[in-house]
Amino acid sequence: MTPGAAAPRLFEVGAVRGDFPILRRQAHGHPLVYLDNAATTQKPQVVIDAISRYYTDINANVHRGVHELSGLATDAFEAGREKVARFLNARSPREIVFTRNATESINLVAHAFGRLRVRAEDEVVISAMEHHSNIVPWQMLCERTGARLRVAPIDDRGELMVDALFALLNERTRLVAVTHMSNALGTVNPIEEIVRRAHEQGVAVLVDGAQAAYHLRVDVQALDCDFYAATGHKMYGPTGIGVLYGREALLDGMDPFLGGGDMISSVTFERSTWNELPHKFEAGTPDIAGVVGLGAAIDYLTAIGLDEIAAHEQALLAYGTEALQQVDGVRLIGTARRKASILSFVMDGVHPHDIGTIVDREGVAIRTGHHCAQPVMDRFGVPATARASIAMYNTREDIDALVDALGRVRQMLG
Amino acid sequence: MSELSDLYQEVILDHNRRPRNFRTIENASHHADGYNPLCGDRLSLFVQVDAGIVTDIAFEGSGCAISKASASLMTDSVKGRAIDEVRALFTRFHRMVTTPPGQDVEDLGKLSVLAGVREFPVRIKCASLAWHTLKAALDRAPVASTE
Repeated sequence: MTPGAAAPRLFEVGAVRGDFPILRRQAHGHPLVYLDNAATTQKPQVVIDAISRYYTDINANVHRGVHELSGLATDAFEAGREKVARFLNARSPREIVFTRNATESINLVAHAFGRLRVRAEDEVVISAMEHHSNIVPWQMLCERTGARLRVAPIDDRGELMVDALFALLNERTRLVAVTHMSNALGTVNPIEEIVRRAHEQGVAVLVDGAQAAYHLRVDVQALDCDFYAATGHKMYGPTGIGVLYGREALLDGMDPFLGGGDMISSVTFERSTWNELPHKFEAGTPDIAGVVGLGAAIDYLTAIGLDEIAAHEQALLAYGTEALQQVDGVRLIGTARRKASILSFVMDGVHPHDIGTIVDREGVAIRTGHHCAQPVMDRFGVPATARASIAMYNTREDIDALVDALGRVRQMLG
Repeated sequence: MSELSDLYQEVILDHNRRPRNFRTIENASHHADGYNPLCGDRLSLFVQVDAGIVTDIAFEGSGCAISKASASLMTDSVKGRAIDEVRALFTRFHRMVTTPPGQDVEDLGKLSVLAGVREFPVRIKCASLAWHTLKAALDRAPVASTE
C-alpha cells in the first residue's frame, strides 16, 4: 500500500448485513438466521440492482449484433470476464470460460481434456472428500475410456492424506481432481503442494473451487493448477453462472465440449471450424445477466476485502466450533487443522433431519443430509450430518441462535 | 401456522424412542430395503406372510424420528391383517399424508397421528418410506425408494 492511500475499509458486520435485503426477513416468526451458505449465499443489493439494471437498460444478445444495445451488452459481458480473470489472477481473459455452474465446468474438463489425454488403462486420481460433482464426471470418463479411478484417503480429522495421494501417482496418471475446500467437512487442501508434486510427474490438476472462491483468496497462477472450477451463486452472485479457469495451452489443445452458435468460426455442412479462446467453449447465448451480476459481486467482495472477510469468518468459525463442542451430545465431523466456514455435526440419538426441522422452526436455516458427499458420510460412519456454514454477514448472535435451537431439539426429542 | 408439536406428537416421540418390532425375522417370506436418498433414512423390512395373512413384521434401520416412528406404527397396524387389507391400508395412508393441509382426512386410528406431516411437506417422504418399502416387499421388488 502506498503512503497516503486510503486505509482499507474496516470490516463492520452490521454495515455488511445492511447490504443484504433478505436478512431483514423472518422465518416462522423469528428473525432469519441464515447458516446455509455452503448451499448458496445471499445477494447484496448491488448485485440485485446490477442484474435488474442490465435488463432495464442494455439487454441485448452479445457478440453478434451491430446495434448500440448489443455493443453495450457485449462490453458489459466481456468486462465481467475481465473481472473474473483479475479476481482469480488468470494470465488473460482467454483463460476464463463461462459455464452454468462448477459442476458443468468439471464436466467440460472431463469431456474435453478426457478426450485429449485419457485412454484405456490410464488413471484419474480424486480424493475421498469430494463432492459428487467432482466424482461422477470422472467415473463417467473412466467408464467411457476404460481408464481407472483412484481415490486418495482422508484421515479421521477429515484431512487429505497427501502422502497417500502422491503414492497413487504413476506413469499412467493423467489428472488429479481435488477440492480446494470440502463442502461437507470444511477442510482446506494444500493445493500448491499437490500441484507441485503432480507436475513433477507430468500430471495435470483440476481444482474444484466451488466452496473456496468466496472464503479464500484464489490465485490460479500461485496455485499453478491447470483447471479451476468456481460458481457464482456461492460467492454472492446469481445462480446459473459458473466459471472454468483453464491454462491457455491446455484449452488450446482441447476440442469443444458443447457445439453450436458462437463457438464456431465458420460453418458449412462439410465441416465447421472453431472460434478462438475462450469462445470455443461457450456455445449458444450465455447467461449475460449472470455475468453482470457476478461482476458486481466481485466488485463488492473486492471493495470490502477478501482478507477482512476471511478474518471475520475464521473468528466466527472458532467461536462456533467452541460453542458446538459445549453442547451435550454434539460431535463435530471434520476437524482438520486448516478449515473454513463449515460446521458439520451429529447429535447423539437425534437424526440430522429432525435437527434441521426443529431449528428451522426457530428461524435457523442449516442443511441436513449427505451434502452430495455420500462417500464422506460413509467414511465417518454417519447417515447424514447437520451442517451450518458461515458467510461474511453471519454474527456471533447467529451462532448463539443455533446453539439455543439445539437446546430445543434436546427438549423435544430427549 | 402449524406447530412442531403437531409433527412431533407424544405418540411419535414414543415410537421413535421405543420402536415396536425393531428386529429382524430370520427367513422371512418377504423382504425389502427402503432408502430415502434426500436425507439418508434407511430401513430393512421383514414380512412373514402365511396363508395370505401377515403373521409377523419387523424392521431395522437408521433414520429420522418420523421415519422410525412411522415404521413402528406401521408394523403395529399391519400385523395380523390380510394382504388385501394391507395393500388397501397403504393406499389410505398415502392419501392421508399427501392430502393438502386444511382438507379433511380419513381417520386411520393410531396412524392418524402422522397426519401432521402434511404441514411439513419436506418430511412426507420420511413418513411414507416404511409403507413404500412394505409395498415393495409384497410386490417382491428388492429395493424401495421414495423417488
